[in-house]
Amino acid sequence: MSSNADAPVETATASVEDLQAHVETLEAELADLREAVDDDGQKSMTIIATKGTLDMAYPPLILASTAAAFGWDVVVFHTFWGLEILHEEKSKNLKLSAVGNPSMPMPNAIAALPFMDNVATSMMEKKIAENGTATIEELIETSLDMGVDLQACQMTIELMGYDEDEFYDGVTTGVGAATALQHMADADVQLMI
Amino acid sequence: MSQHEVTQTLDVKGLSCPMPVVKTRGAVDDLSAGEVLKVVSTDSGSMSDLKGWADSTDGVSMLDQEETEESGDTLFVHYIQKE
Repeated sequence: MSSNADAPVETATASVEDLQAHVETLEAELADLREAVDDDGQKSMTIIATKGTLDMAYPPLILASTAAAFGWDVVVFHTFWGLEILHEEKSKNLKLSAVGNPSMPMPNAIAALPFMDNVATSMMEKKIAENGTATIEELIETSLDMGVDLQACQMTIELMGYDEDEFYDGVTTGVGAATALQHMADADVQLMI
Repeated sequence: MSQHEVTQTLDVKGLSCPMPVVKTRGAVDDLSAGEVLKVVSTDSGSMSDLKGWADSTDGVSMLDQEETEESGDTLFVHYIQKE
């Protein structure tokens, strides 16, 4: 920003030309500021999704699809276990962990038995179906249809040994932390889930 | 009963959050200005959610919301106009 605007104007001695020049400077700065803040009221949200369990896959997708229904620009950046949500095969088999979850109706000693994650997952899937709650696959397809940008972190794709073809069609790949930060800096709402 | 002249009806019975809002958005996009969408839901959360959505989304307004009974089920009915 120019420092001219901060300079005091000696109104008693300033010529009309000086005042006009000063006004023009101020108007130019005002136009720049208006341009900088003018986003047509368009809201945006960036979510960082880091978890790949069945229960933690829902919140980012529910918020993303709902925000898209509001007409917001939405980016969900999936990293580490969050990648499993975008993985076409794995997303249909996300598991719920019974261990360390005080909301589960069983003590940890029992929850830690080898088959209990499958039991807990089956119970949850049954409730999801009975309640008319959308599946993860439906929410992903819906979100993509509504223009949500579902991004898969390139570094973790390679770390986990995934192939880009294994993700849903329409998922953005080849993006990293800098892209995520850029979206977060511009967004009205930023969430890490 | 509502007096609104309904252009199209969207049945989201049996669906829960976020689908009533998401499907309403899609249905409203297909309407022309001035037309009214009737949304029928069994989700009690849709009363707050669809009102909130309509209030904060440009180009739509919630005309009316009502609860009715149909064979023992409570239905939440919304009338949304595209502006």
